[in-house]
Amino acid sequence: MITLNINNKPYNVNVSPDTPLLWVLRDTLGLVGTKYGCGMAQCGACTVHLDGTATRSCLLPVSAVGKMKITTIEGLSQKQDHPVQQAWLELDVAQCGYCQSGQIMSAVALLKQNKAPSDADIDAAMAGNICRCGTYLRIREAIHRAAELQRKKG
Amino acid sequence: MNRRSFLKSSTLAGGGLMLSFTWLSAFKSAGTTGIADLPGDWVEINGYIKITPDNTIKILNPNPEFGQNVMTSLPMIVAEELDADWKKVVVEMGPHDSVKLGPQFTGGSNSVRMYWRPLRQAGAAARHMLVEAAAQTWSVPVEEITTKGGMLYHEKSGKSGTYGSMATKAATLAVPKDVKLKDSKQFKVIRSAQKNVEGAKIVSGKPLFGLDYQQKGMLIAMIHHPPGFGMKLKSYDATAALKMPGIRDVFTQKLYEDGFEQGGFDTRSFNDLLVVVGNTTWEVMQARKQLKVEWEPAGETKDTMGGRGQKREVVVPGTLESTADQLKKMQEYAAKPAQQLRKDGDPETAFKNAAQIIERTYTAPFLAHNCMEPMNFFAHVTDEKALVAGPLQAPGWSEPTLAKLLNLPADKIEIQMTRMGGGFGRRAYGQYMFEAALISKKVKAPVKLVYTREDDMTYGIYRPMYTATYRAALDANKKLIGFHVKGGGIPEHAIHANRFPAGAVDNYLAEGWQIPSNITIGAFRAPRSNFNAAAEQSFLDELAEAMGKDPIDFRLKLLQRAKEAPVGRNNEYDAARYAEVLRLVKEKSGWGKPENAQYSRGVAAYFCHASYAAHVVDIVMKEGKPYVEKVTSAVDCGIVVNPDAAANMVQGAVVDGIGNAFYGGLTHKDGVPVQNNFHTYRMIRMPEAPKKVEVHFVQNDIDPTGLGEPPFPPVFGAVANALYKAASKRLYQQPYAPQLETPKAF
Ligand code: FES
Ligand code: FES
Repeated sequence: MITLNINNKPYNVNVSPDTPLLWVLRDTLGLVGTKYGCGMAQCGACTVHLDGTATRSCLLPVSAVGKMKITTIEGLSQKQDHPVQQAWLELDVAQCGYCQSGQIMSAVALLKQNKAPSDADIDAAMAGNICRCGTYLRIREAIHRAAELQRKKG
Repeated sequence: MNRRSFLKSSTLAGGGLMLSFTWLSAFKSAGTTGIADLPGDWVEINGYIKITPDNTIKILNPNPEFGQNVMTSLPMIVAEELDADWKKVVVEMGPHDSVKLGPQFTGGSNSVRMYWRPLRQAGAAARHMLVEAAAQTWSVPVEEITTKGGMLYHEKSGKSGTYGSMATKAATLAVPKDVKLKDSKQFKVIRSAQKNVEGAKIVSGKPLFGLDYQQKGMLIAMIHHPPGFGMKLKSYDATAALKMPGIRDVFTQKLYEDGFEQGGFDTRSFNDLLVVVGNTTWEVMQARKQLKVEWEPAGETKDTMGGRGQKREVVVPGTLESTADQLKKMQEYAAKPAQQLRKDGDPETAFKNAAQIIERTYTAPFLAHNCMEPMNFFAHVTDEKALVAGPLQAPGWSEPTLAKLLNLPADKIEIQMTRMGGGFGRRAYGQYMFEAALISKKVKAPVKLVYTREDDMTYGIYRPMYTATYRAALDANKKLIGFHVKGGGIPEHAIHANRFPAGAVDNYLAEGWQIPSNITIGAFRAPRSNFNAAAEQSFLDELAEAMGKDPIDFRLKLLQRAKEAPVGRNNEYDAARYAEVLRLVKEKSGWGKPENAQYSRGVAAYFCHASYAAHVVDIVMKEGKPYVEKVTSAVDCGIVVNPDAAANMVQGAVVDGIGNAFYGGLTHKDGVPVQNNFHTYRMIRMPEAPKKVEVHFVQNDIDPTGLGEPPFPPVFGAVANALYKAASKRLYQQPYAPQLETPKAF
């Protein structure tokens, strides 16, 4: 039995310890907001936070999580009012939407460390998240907007 | 009307879905939609609209959503004619019911185009019935009633009421035969920027996609397919796999029995499926690795094709193809006589008399779709019925085959359409739904079939591999007197013989040839057009240069000719609209003076799927790598239903186009796809995306046409032409970037 802290709630799971966190979230716990895209840390669809740091969950054995706090897209806010979610809605970023959980989680982690990221900072932080629909321009704009919203919130 | 007759007419149109009026008649009957979870007091007005007595207006989206935003734009069209308050409209995904809801096909840039009139009629008819109901209730003349924002008003008597209050009565009235549609000047919802109705669900990770679908007791299945095209299963040993935790079963399953008549979209890449079924995705993935499998060459195989046209046998070659051989074979075929597709004037003489002949050959590789959500499907099949749910672009095309495979009548099959994590043509081919259904039937349990990324990328249905040789004959005054294109591909060529510059040159010849292959191909965001736009638009650029002309002026001149005195018949494009996007992009981009002196500019324009698009691309080289900094786009797709979402789609097409032109490509070694995940198949990423894409729509009142595909192809050409300026050399092979990048990144 492994105990996980996900979105500030404890979960007990009975899975083989080598199971990647991604599949524990999706298959075992039904938290399907975290997506599968490549399974080899290449696309960013599976991005979650471990103690606030963006992490690809598809290669992370659940046994390696330990006491770290996991945040998934479902845990960002109750009412889609996290500044990053708000900015995403304001700019209507999504096309198919499949990559967007991962994009948002990467963006939230970036804005945690960097309150006013430059385009180059965004390039570096978001390079691991692929979007076949090509929404990068709006993602960039939304990150700048979210930074603004965050500053206003103080 | 029956589905079969509809399907027939759609396939006869060959790519561009044509609507018959038989289909429109389906809108004339009201009736229940058979949605199980509706509260009892929903009142059915017609197939698309439900209005509750408390004035909630629910509009069904008939078409599958794959990111083109139909979930918002199609209901907007209904709301417009209904005169509903868009903010209060609830949108829900419709059930699959091609009798009541029309073709329900997402693809070919057709959704808005094919539903435009029917949806307006549906909205207008509903409004008319509500007005009629109010007139009867208030005993006033129909003409005196006005509507606004979901309310009915009778000014003289001061009476007013909500749509909801009249809904029950309206439902008892006859559906009007003819209703007057609004003049476009009256549009309030259409042409206003409205947010994606599923936006909040997307940003909070709600289960929307097929891969998110879960059901109690559901098992997970994966298919171990042959590593390469032209191979098949020889033997397997599942002893170790079956001992792995959570594994239920390992078995083989035939997709189609011998002689099974496949429809046009039943493309199968592999027929003998080795299936692993277990409790969870990870367990099945792990167990699959424990299979001991021997593969062998499949040799020549046969497919029996029904569907488009006559029942016929198609021989699938057994060659284990490699890219170097494919290229060599294409050269051989290119030198042989080909099928003539169009001829105007006397091209032979023109070329014989030419003072100068310019000849260039272009090639492009297979492309994988790489939808971010890999293929998957849920199925629960019993002896009596089947429920299937997942991402599919054209459920109606696959349903007849599913019914045949399961031996169930179509009305015992329920197909639920989930939001798709991309489609790009790939999900028009429903074989993964059939696979899921057959597996569920075999294991007698609800099953979700999951493709890993590797499965998805190596399973086939790619954009074909193409080549084309363009030739131009110039006279002594550098006047264009002859044009010749000869194109080929594996396994089909890309030539659209009746498109520009056909119609603009007196002596014109188009020819095509194709090489049969076991590598399965299909739709890919205008597969042929995106190659043509790369090749032809590069060639026209080179031609303009050779003739000492500005590339835009040169094209405009040809288009003027095509408009004033078109050569030949059957020209597919409207030369005036084509010219207009070029003029617009010229103006908006400040052609001739880029905003940054470092920029190298390229232009291209293309017509496909009934719309017109032109781009000006600005490229800079940084540390030996090309970057697109800025793109200016001009698009004519008629009336733009939802401008901001439409701009998003154009921006996406631009980014996707740059990505595929720069980096896209799937190669083969002995039948095996060399790229199988994103570490080897390069996709465009944030740092490589342009910082600015300015989108300009031509403003007109023409009925809307498509947008998913049209802006995509000309990106390839504009990129190629800008790269020429940036790198001072012409590139003739895609993908472009690896040829310029130092050191070679991939
Ligand atoms: S699924 Fe983890 S990075 Fe792609
Ligand atoms: S929105 Fe479709 S993959 Fe990003």
